[in-house]
Amino acid sequence: MNLAIIYNNVRFKNPLVLASGILGVTGNSLKHVVENGAGGVTIKSIWLKEHIGHPNPTMIGNEHFFLNAVGLPDAGIEKAKEEIATYLKWAIQEDGSVKAPLIASVVAGKVDDFGETAEQVAELKPHLIEVNISCPNVEDELGKPFACDFNQAARVTREVKKRVSKIPIIIKLSPNVSNIVEIAKSIEDAGADGLTCFNTFGPGMCIDIETAQPILANRVGGLSGPGLKPLVVKMIFDLYKAVKIPIIGTGGVLTGRDVIELMMSGATLVGMGTAVYYRGVEVFGKVAEEIRQWCEKNGVEDISEVVGRAHQ
Amino acid sequence: MSCSKGHHCCQNLKPKNAMPEMVSIVDIKNENPFVKTFTLDCSVDGQPGQFVMLWLPRVDEKPFSIAYDDGQNLELSIANVGTFTEQLFTKKPGDKVGIRGSYGKTFQYEDGEHLVVLGGGYGAAPLYFLAVEAVVRGCTVEFIIGARSAEYLMFEEKAMQLKAVKVHVATNDGSRGFTGTSVDLLNHLLNEGMKVDRIMTVGPEMMMKAVSDVALVRDIACQVSLERYMKCGFGICGQCVVDESGMAVCMNGPVMDHKLARAQAEFGKYHRDKVGRKKEW
Repeated sequence: MNLAIIYNNVRFKNPLVLASGILGVTGNSLKHVVENGAGGVTIKSIWLKEHIGHPNPTMIGNEHFFLNAVGLPDAGIEKAKEEIATYLKWAIQEDGSVKAPLIASVVAGKVDDFGETAEQVAELKPHLIEVNISCPNVEDELGKPFACDFNQAARVTREVKKRVSKIPIIIKLSPNVSNIVEIAKSIEDAGADGLTCFNTFGPGMCIDIETAQPILANRVGGLSGPGLKPLVVKMIFDLYKAVKIPIIGTGGVLTGRDVIELMMSGATLVGMGTAVYYRGVEVFGKVAEEIRQWCEKNGVEDISEVVGRAHQ
Repeated sequence: MSCSKGHHCCQNLKPKNAMPEMVSIVDIKNENPFVKTFTLDCSVDGQPGQFVMLWLPRVDEKPFSIAYDDGQNLELSIANVGTFTEQLFTKKPGDKVGIRGSYGKTFQYEDGEHLVVLGGGYGAAPLYFLAVEAVVRGCTVEFIIGARSAEYLMFEEKAMQLKAVKVHVATNDGSRGFTGTSVDLLNHLLNEGMKVDRIMTVGPEMMMKAVSDVALVRDIACQVSLERYMKCGFGICGQCVVDESGMAVCMNGPVMDHKLARAQAEFGKYHRDKVGRKKEW
């Protein structure tokens, strides 16, 4: 059976993508994730200049949920150039085929800076660019995420599309809005080539009751983990009906069955991040095998057949 | 973790402990003018070489090697080297700190072996813990510790009290024991005919690299303990990944076979800071 997926004319050997913010600090780390079975990888969000992020604790969780406020630490564009080059040198083979495509996530505090960062990152020739306008744990610094306002989301999309013409632009949405369809449509109208659905939920907070202190140093952080999957499935279901651009679904996915479910709701690719906490970096290979087994048992010869099946 | 149908039921999800728990400090002891051992009223079932994350609310949370864990109390031997440890050093017995863990891999050896444990600076603490456990497993231990000068030495007297453990001391300035580095002392002992099944070393990376070079030349099994910047401790933040394998040190280390460490292009050369930028040792 065929697990390969074509997304915006880029071929993925399977629909599993490392979500941004998990493990992707170095080119070799991305390589390691691919060696563990990922079909594609997203590098940790790139800033133009160094961005320190939050002190620890930055990541906490248990069997029910995961909460993080790492705060997008990054050394800036120069380091990104080196790490992307390291990855692409390994990933692009002599015959020009690609072991696993690279999605470069970019982040900025201002609309213009999104354009500038994306333009500089585009020179490094990643296969896709994901624009992170939805991080919920840098609000103190940057204000409400652009993804929470359809005008702002469209402005960023137009700015990036104006400055990057040769690489597909994916916009990463926030689930923390009441009008997700309206926002997605405005982003599609502004020229985006795809959507990543979604960034983390909330923000949420955990309080240590012995000290009455919020545990995360940033006090609040983005929520992820298995309990969120029904919310993600429903919103992707709604978006699949409303927009034509393809969706990378992410949120609460731990198993092959979860991946199939998100794809049936309308996702073409499926991102996993928190799953690495629950099942280790080997999760990608394990989930790919679970998908294969399910497809074989259920007569699915090509994984792309299941995309949007819940709408039939 | 799957049930027979491939579902992942809540009861089967047992991820690593990733939530700090507040525990009381029951005792604080000076090891030398710069290092204190904090005894906490908890156990994390820690093994030598593993680490915990220590949280001071409103300050930060940092990884520390486990100095001792007897199933009742956890001990951490900590040097006062920065703003975080300065805050920690103001704590008193009865005060509380947050702990999560244990994380990482421990040392591997066989019962009854003759071991060299070699600690530079603060590395002596986890090696003392290792020596205690190794002796219980019928091992004999050469306990080599080194420091700039006598006042920086740690765990010398504690280690001397252990049966089947022989303590060797080196100081750079000759203020105690052998004059030279702990690696010089290791070479000296090996040249004098000391036979050893395995070397375990914890300390500054350049020192461990030198120990590994000795082990390689003399064909002795060896394990090292890598120190890298860590945020989560359970393999997802990506801060402690090493070139070129891309593996996370918190999951595949900190303790690892020296040949695995040597296979990393950055071993003995560089590490990364909190934004992922390379820093030479």
